[in-house]
Amino acid sequence: MRRPRGFTLALAAALAGLVALLGLPLLSLLLRVRIPDLAARLQQPAVLDALRLSLVTSTLATALVVALGLPVAYLLAGPSFRGKTALETLVQLPMVLPPTVAGFVLLLAFGRQGALGPLLAKLGLTLPFTTAAVVVAQAFMSAPFFISTAAAGLREVERRYLDAAATLRATPGRIFRRVMLPLALPALAAGAVMSWARALGEFGATITFAGNLPGVTQTMPLAVYLALQSDLDAALALSVILVLVSLGVLVLLRTARLRPIAPPAPAPPPPAPPLPGDRPALRALGDAP
Amino acid sequence: MLSATLHKRLGGFALAVSLEVEPGATLVIVGESGAGKSTVLRLLAGLDAPDAGRIALDGRTYFDREAGVAVPPWERDVGYLAQDYALFPHLSVAENVAFGLRAQGMRRRVVRDRVARVLDRFGIAALADRRPAELSGGQQQRVALARALVLEPRLLLLDEPLAALDLQTRRAVRGELRRTLESLPCVTLYVTHHPLEAVAFGDRIAVLEAGRLAQTGTPDDLLRHPRSAYVAELMGVNLFQGRVVRRDGGGLVEVRTPHGVISAVDPGEEGEVLVALSPREVTVHLTPPGGSARNVFPGQIVELVPEPPFGERVRVALDTRPPLVAEITREAVASLGLREGLSVFASFKATGLVPYR
Repeated sequence: MRRPRGFTLALAAALAGLVALLGLPLLSLLLRVRIPDLAARLQQPAVLDALRLSLVTSTLATALVVALGLPVAYLLAGPSFRGKTALETLVQLPMVLPPTVAGFVLLLAFGRQGALGPLLAKLGLTLPFTTAAVVVAQAFMSAPFFISTAAAGLREVERRYLDAAATLRATPGRIFRRVMLPLALPALAAGAVMSWARALGEFGATITFAGNLPGVTQTMPLAVYLALQSDLDAALALSVILVLVSLGVLVLLRTARLRPIAPPAPAPPPPAPPLPGDRPALRALGDAP
Repeated sequence: MLSATLHKRLGGFALAVSLEVEPGATLVIVGESGAGKSTVLRLLAGLDAPDAGRIALDGRTYFDREAGVAVPPWERDVGYLAQDYALFPHLSVAENVAFGLRAQGMRRRVVRDRVARVLDRFGIAALADRRPAELSGGQQQRVALARALVLEPRLLLLDEPLAALDLQTRRAVRGELRRTLESLPCVTLYVTHHPLEAVAFGDRIAVLEAGRLAQTGTPDDLLRHPRSAYVAELMGVNLFQGRVVRRDGGGLVEVRTPHGVISAVDPGEEGEVLVALSPREVTVHLTPPGGSARNVFPGQIVELVPEPPFGERVRVALDTRPPLVAEITREAVASLGLREGLSVFASFKATGLVPYR
């Protein structure tokens, strides 16, 4: 079907606008980069520190999210229970919450003056403005990405496999480990990767809750922001790395999700019974052999 | 020995059945789709819970609403074969078969031995390392059966085990499955919508109609003495319901049905009776048959259906009063030139027709 000309023009205009909005900034970044310069920048201690800190914290945050999030995803994928909707809402909240507000509420809860502050102090722990705070802030912001993807993946594991496992003497815990987890693995991995990427890019909650201490809480996005005010070339180098990582994550997700475990081929439908000798009505309809 | 009373409401549908099956015996539950056959199996396996009732297997109570007993599926001695077999796609054949043994915490060596033995017994040892996706339908069925039977269950539940197979495989697998089931010491429940399968597999057959058992009996019982139009239709038998109205003294009676009068052997009964007639006893003629035939009915051919498909016999449905189904050879259809819409005469002998209550 041919599209009317006006509609085509409108689509083209929107497309051009969107490419300008999303593509141009990336293009201008890449145009500014000089490779030898980039290599030199990457060897600067400040850049290296931020890079190392980012990799360590976002990986720890992802581990924390998976450890706490997997059981929650299992609950959300299962049958309804009291408070399930409330739990779902709570889990999705960080996706829409402004990150600075997230950092602020983290301070209110775990800060020195916060709700749990005295308790933490008694244990000799201070959370705000430490590397641990970075991990907590990143985990807070990235948990929804893992949990919703994992819950969707677990929900997609077909009931018949769970039933078969139950009649083969497997307890619910065993069914979860031996049937649900392996069958939902692609979705779980995708969720973890998305969560990791979100943690890596976390800025607002981190700077509010953990501050901006080089080597301790200054992750790459924070370093980019700081460098912008003094050293444009350093900001450029860090940004290029973050852009490449983001693109890498998307490519990884695309290729990994295309390979789910193949279920057995469905048996062919039983052939239709042959038509009896003479059925004028069917022949008139062109249905007879 | 299995004894179960099951009540379950699902939307507008109510299931209410009672079953008793002797050890070693196979009970086939036959009925149309939606009659509740699969639900019965799911309730017995513990995958769903009855609203009321009781399930006991070999002296152990698995479910008793009043006593508050509900044994979970993984603690029941039950093997369950789903219609599509549900082999775990991420595990090899050997791992699939080992799944239940491992779940019971058996040692690796014991598991390996038992798996090897059962794979041998089912002739699938060569497939041990394959994934389910690499198996044919017949092979998948054998693996699923091996996976269930390696646990030596006291109750085996088979949900349409042949339905997922193509026709050719089905014929081969049917004989094999029957031999396997005959050798089992456990109670077997076999669900199918196919009356032929029911007759082939069942020591006893239970006909399930809209959530209720319409009739339970041996295959012979159901073929010779169907108790309802539904059972007769399912078994492919003509059934007449009527009253004994006249004796002729020569050992025959007339039975008046709502659609016409039939001559039959005097059963020594009065009043309301049933008369079952095998379609093979009915002959079809182009002109009124002469001689002494008492039961002759004119009518048009409604439908000609080869039975079974590609078989040598053809079922002829007639709009006679009462309506009749005849089963005659393909040659007879050809030589008489039978076709749908043709006016013919159907007849059957009175001798051999014994009314029953």
